[in-house]
Amino acid sequence: MSTTLAAPAPAPADPRIGLRSHLQHIRALVRRNLLWIRQDPESMFDAVLMPIVFCLLFVFVFGGAIAGKGNQDEYVNYVVPGLMAMMGMNLAMGVGTGFNQDFQTGVMDRFRSMPIARSSVLIAKITVELGRMLVAMAVLLTVGFVLGLSVENVPGLLAAVGLAGVFGSAVMWIFLTMGVMMKNAQAIQGMGFLVLFPLQFGSSIFAPTDSMPGWLQAFTDYNPLSSLADAARGLMNGGPIAHDALVTLIWSVVITAVMAPVAIHKFRTKS
Amino acid sequence: MTRIDENPGRPRAAVTVRGLVKHYGETRALDGVDLEVREGTVHGVLGPNGAGKTTLVRCLSTLIRPDAGEAFVAGYDVVRQPRQLRRVIGLTGQYASVDEKLSGHENLYMIGRLLDLTRKEARSRSEALLERFSLTEAARRPVNTYSGGMRRRLDLAASMIGSPAVLYLDEPTTGLDPRTRNEVWQEIRRMVGDGATVLLTTQYMEEAEQLAGELTVVDRGKVVAGGAIEELKAKVGGRTLRIRPADPLQLRPTATALDDFGLTGPGSATVDSQSGTVLVPILSDEQLTAVVGAVTARGITVAAINTELPSLDEVFLSLTGHKTTDSQDTTPARMEVAV
Repeated sequence: MSTTLAAPAPAPADPRIGLRSHLQHIRALVRRNLLWIRQDPESMFDAVLMPIVFCLLFVFVFGGAIAGKGNQDEYVNYVVPGLMAMMGMNLAMGVGTGFNQDFQTGVMDRFRSMPIARSSVLIAKITVELGRMLVAMAVLLTVGFVLGLSVENVPGLLAAVGLAGVFGSAVMWIFLTMGVMMKNAQAIQGMGFLVLFPLQFGSSIFAPTDSMPGWLQAFTDYNPLSSLADAARGLMNGGPIAHDALVTLIWSVVITAVMAPVAIHKFRTKS
Repeated sequence: MTRIDENPGRPRAAVTVRGLVKHYGETRALDGVDLEVREGTVHGVLGPNGAGKTTLVRCLSTLIRPDAGEAFVAGYDVVRQPRQLRRVIGLTGQYASVDEKLSGHENLYMIGRLLDLTRKEARSRSEALLERFSLTEAARRPVNTYSGGMRRRLDLAASMIGSPAVLYLDEPTTGLDPRTRNEVWQEIRRMVGDGATVLLTTQYMEEAEQLAGELTVVDRGKVVAGGAIEELKAKVGGRTLRIRPADPLQLRPTATALDDFGLTGPGSATVDSQSGTVLVPILSDEQLTAVVGAVTARGITVAAINTELPSLDEVFLSLTGHKTTDSQDTTPARMEVAV
């Protein structure tokens, strides 16, 4: 045996992380987040309870006023696709706060000092949150069906869920960036509500926009949440789809293309 | 899985740091640090809070980028080859930690998977390390139910999964009670016995003395002293003798007696009127005997006498001539030990 050098020789010439390893890392980190849920089932409360509470509130509080007394059924068909869009936003905000709290613990430093792509930590987080989003939508649809939701087009329903998921995960990159950059979870939540509230209510999520003043309609027309809600409605129960779905997809791609690199960069250089 | 230095006769540098600088705004957390850690040794970095110890470790683990200077770990440049470097290091201590919500096994398994082990390898490695760090019984419990000592042991186990060539231990026992501290020390000694190179930061002279062969003393981002621990101990006076005269009025005469005796060492006798004791650094048992003789020869009745390892403050006082900058560290060392 050669004893000439006490060489560490740990030199795989290519330091890049292969796709297989990358996927393995993401799986390991997804598993971590899933184990959290098992350890702390209450963390699923928001995903499970929020759709129930919101659906009941909107249908019974606003339904009659908007669609006319006794016409709540009609409003269910209107608001459930809208709530799909809304819930995606609220859960996306949770990503930011959760990630920020994760950063307060030392385990992030361990991840960042390990030979894994730093994006894998973020991608794992988004994967898990997307799962939570799907759970929330399943709950929402169940409540909707109980309240009289009717869906004409089942593949269309799945497409609507998919579209809401795509847009929701795009928005998650924004909140992940905030989660890395901002000092604490409260700040993210405060800021998040400030932005999300006008976006959610200044849209066609809860009510048709015809009765809104012109200046507000100008805003709601460009609000991607309107597009998402309208596209989901069209997909589930017929109506024009192409334009709104396309707009939603373009928004999703643009947000992801801009914010994902920013989030990863901020995560990489956070000291 | 452990690394063995095949040629201990010609140790090479596992860590080389030259002129490392890191600013945070106006603060120079690292202000030109030089450091060399030989392979297979434990190198202590001793300093008060805010001395730059953690910043140094974070630079060397690629968590932050230095502003100037260079550093190599196992031959890899911290700035240019971060990815290769991350493959050869293990990090543990006050910042790098484990996931509180996962169990001990789940943590180690996850880290194994992140280090590209197969499921089977990750499982068996986790089990072996849990066994070795006496955590088998707690393996399935969430970490937030662990005691402080168990957590630190799990931290150590976590950083050992990849059998790193160089291990950073950032204040591994800060905040632990003495018994637990001893447990952690034992584990660290075992790891070193297996051939790991360790960079250990600490606020405690005793910890450095227990574990490290060589020591670098840092303060305000600068190296103030360095060398073999025995040399430094001789420099700072090895131990401190504390004499409490029965009559507090005798404090001053006791100090005078010691000064007259000519035992001026690096930091001659000082009076600590708060505790009613006189402190004097001593280098050997012979000196100890002689000093006690000198005091009693003056007819001073001694109520209590004990020796202790110098606290960080005393080390600093004798090495740099000033007190530690951080007021937190001017409290008496927590690691006082009777002779």
